Parts: sequence; structure tokens; C-alpha cells
Amino acid sequence: MSLIRAEKLNLYYGNFHALINVNLSIEEKRITAIIGPSGCGKSTLLRTFNRMNDLIETVHIDGSIIINNENIFSKTTDIDSLRRKVGMVFQRPNPFPLSVYENIAFGLKIHKIAKTRNELEHTVEQGLKSVLLWDQLKDKLKTSALNLTLEQAQRLCIARLIAVKPEILLMDEPCSALDPIATMHIEELMLELKKNYTIVIVTHNMQQAARVSDDTGFMLLGKLIEFNKAEKIFTNPDKKETEDYITGRYG
Amino acid sequence: MFNTKISQKIAFAVLFVSTLITIIPVLIIIAIIIKNGITAISWQFLTTAPSNGMRSGGIFPAIVGTFYLALGASAISLPLGILGGIYLSEYSKNNYFTRILKLGIVNLAGVPSIVYGLFGLSLFVISLKLGVSIVSGCLTLAIMSLPSIITATETAMSSVPRSFREVSLSLGATKWQTIRYAVLPHASPGIITGTLLSNARITGETAPILFTVAAFYLPQLPNSVFDQVMALPYHLYVISTQIPGISKSVTYGTALVLIVFTLSLNLFGIIVRTYLRRQKKW
Repeated sequence: MSLIRAEKLNLYYGNFHALINVNLSIEEKRITAIIGPSGCGKSTLLRTFNRMNDLIETVHIDGSIIINNENIFSKTTDIDSLRRKVGMVFQRPNPFPLSVYENIAFGLKIHKIAKTRNELEHTVEQGLKSVLLWDQLKDKLKTSALNLTLEQAQRLCIARLIAVKPEILLMDEPCSALDPIATMHIEELMLELKKNYTIVIVTHNMQQAARVSDDTGFMLLGKLIEFNKAEKIFTNPDKKETEDYITGRYG
Repeated sequence: MFNTKISQKIAFAVLFVSTLITIIPVLIIIAIIIKNGITAISWQFLTTAPSNGMRSGGIFPAIVGTFYLALGASAISLPLGILGGIYLSEYSKNNYFTRILKLGIVNLAGVPSIVYGLFGLSLFVISLKLGVSIVSGCLTLAIMSLPSIITATETAMSSVPRSFREVSLSLGATKWQTIRYAVLPHASPGIITGTLLSNARITGETAPILFTVAAFYLPQLPNSVFDQVMALPYHLYVISTQIPGISKSVTYGTALVLIVFTLSLNLFGIIVRTYLRRQKKW
């Protein structure tokens, strides 16, 4: 069953038509990758799923996105609980300039998830374990998150997100600031996280999409050109534009 | 090649000399005040009231008065200014009304202090019938310091990276939680420094307190906020212009105390900022 469904989605930045009649359906507990050249609207699409585009004053959106059978653009939608359910990992690792512990505790305190100190410590530990950081950082919980390597920082950001118990993880080029080895580690982590979460990743890196995704969408100039199983997109796409892009003719 | 080297040297020299020229007068003023005033400073000078037509005795009531005024003005202007700055930085939309508001605040910062003094006289002292009193003086000083506190707060809030807000919102925090937990803690060094510096500035002002609170000669301490008080800047003005035959060391001593008072507020601001910056870095 589809968890996220976009129907006739159009998005404008002022007069600029950035998403043109996008329809897609994202399945539960799979990794869906959105690929396409710079400026094709893939990050914009990702940011409609948790309504981060609302932060830009000139944005105007038509159509609907249904998550868990609820249109997230409906007037009754509680944006804060939507964003808690649909979490986001950003392009550059962006921990707060606080300690490792405080970074994960941030969301827990906001949502009053952990009531006692023990509960808080336990949940922080669980969070770090789920991103395989616990062994590296268990003695450094009080050090500033700014002293971590980029890979550790990005893992920490994922742990900070997982701690508030989302259902969907949106990842906006999560490896673009990382070296190939760190990228590989994050990809392994994504495959691990897939067991419990639905992941939507935007990536510039076609090989990455081919490696990790179950379903792949190809976007070009604001349109979703093709959306299908990853192996189909990367071996035998239906559309000529998709084939041209994955064979490196442009992009 | 030769020409660019020379013009670089000239540019550096001009910049250096300009800096020097701005600093030298300050140093000279401080040196003269210390040299002439230090002999007047004694325990008795700091803890007793003026006597003998203010030609001798101490300046205790003026120190206490200035302290009360600084404290009272801060109690009013800090919450108002900081909350206003937060509103302007985080909530206000970028529209015509906001731009007018911001322009107004910038211009208020440039209004001469005597105008604030007269405004305080007409609004607080006369219209609101608060009389020439500590409360009128504090309100006048508070209004005068508001523009710089608002601006300092707004600048400090806006300099917190956008990504902090995005992360916090993306974790499902409300806008207020985001401001409270993801922005304000990181803006606080800037806010605290800005407000302390603004307070240091108003404690040295004479014109705003001239008609609203300052007493010419009042040897006893105030009993309520509706009493007048002496204040260091006004006392300094009085003894330098109205009291013939006063010893030079008394006026310079008073000036020295006033300068130490405002500079220590500044110093306190800088120490707090350094401490907070060391706590949080990005």
C-alpha cells in the first residue's frame, strides 16, 4: 500500500513553475530515490512532503499529497506533528553547537518523549546505537558535536531524527558533503533503517540511487518524467529522457 | 607592481593613523580625569553625602541614584526591547508596516537625548502625573535605550544560522519552541552584550534625567520610587557649573567615579559575552 501519494502536484515560487503536475506513489518501508540534474525540482519535491517549503513566503502549491490517508495541505493538518512524522536529513550535516548528548536530547525534550533523566539517557543511547555511533561516542557524549567528523555528524543528525520516532525519513543529498567511504557507511545505514522506516532520498549521484533504492523517480525541469522500480529505470527505462540522463548524455 | 605596493602602504598608514586619532582623545580624557580626580577618591568620598554647599563631603547619594536609575531603566527596557527584537526578527513579515517600524526604530536611536528628556517631562511627569521621580526618570531612560536594545536583539537573532531553525522545525518543534530552544540560546551572547552596552550608555546621560528625576541637592536617600534622587551625571554638571570655588579634585573625582561606573558595566558586558561565546560555538 502506498504511504505517500502526490496527486496533480504543482508548485510555484512566485511566477516560476517549479513542480509541474507531479503524480507519484511511494511505498512503505522501501527506499525511493529521486534523481535528476540540478534545478529539476527534486529537493523542492522532497520538501513538500514535510511542508518545509512553507518557510518561503512566495511559495504557492496546488494539488494534494496524501500521507496516511490524510491530505497534508488540508487546513486541519497540524504541521508540527506532520514534521515529526516525516523527518528530514539535510545536505550538510547540521548538528546544533551543543554536545552529542544534547543534540539527541533536543527532540526528546521538545516532544516530552523522555520524562525522567534515566529515560532520556536510555533513549539517547538507543538513538546512537541505531546509527552505529554508540561504540565510538559513548565516552564523548559531553563533547561538542562540532568536533565530530562529517560522517559522525551526519549519523548524529539521523540519530537526532530517529529519536523523535518518525515514520518517514526524507534525505536531501545526505552524502554530498561526505567522502566515498563515509558515503558507503551511510548507504549501509540506510539499508539497515529501511527495515523500520520509509526512506525518500534525493540524490545527485545516480550510482547511489542504483545501489540503494527500490524505486526511482527521474525528474527534469520540474516534471516527474518516469517513476518505476530501480532496476527498470537503470536497465531499461521507458522514456528517452531518462535513458539519456542515466547514460550520461546530459546532467 | 611598484605602484600597487606603494598604494597598499599608504592605505595601511591612513587606516592606522585614523584608528590612532580616534583612540588618542579617549586616552587623554581618561588620563586627565584619573590624574586630577584620583586624589579626591576616598572611602569617605564614596560613602557620605555632599556637605558645605557641595564643596566637600562625598557623592554617595548620587552613586545610589545612578545605580537605581540604571537598574530601574533596565527592568523596563530589557524585557520590552528583547521581546520586541525577537518579534521583529522572527515573526514580522517583510511588508510596508514592518519597514516603517524598523525605520522608526533606527531614527529613534538618533533622536537627541534632550528631546527624550522633554518627552519624559511632558508625558510621565506632567500628563501621567508621576512627578519628578525615579519612576519618571527610569521610564525616560528606558525609552531612550529601547532602540539599541531592539536592534541588538534583532541582529543577534538574525545572525543565528538558518539551518538551526530548519532542523528544529523539521523535528516537529513549533515555531515558538524553535525560537526558544534553537535560536535564543545561540543569540544570547549578542543580546546580553548589546543590552549591557546600551545600559552603560544611558547611565552616563544627563539630559533625559534633567527634568524627570534628578535632584540638585538631596542628601538623604529616596524612600519610594516617587522620590527624586541625585544622579552622577547631573551632579557633575551641577558642581562644575553652579558651585563657585569648588576644588578641582572634587569635580574630577566625581567624573572618575562616573567613568568607572559606565566602563565597568561595559567590561561586565564583555566578560559575559566572552564566557557565553566560549560555551557555544558554531
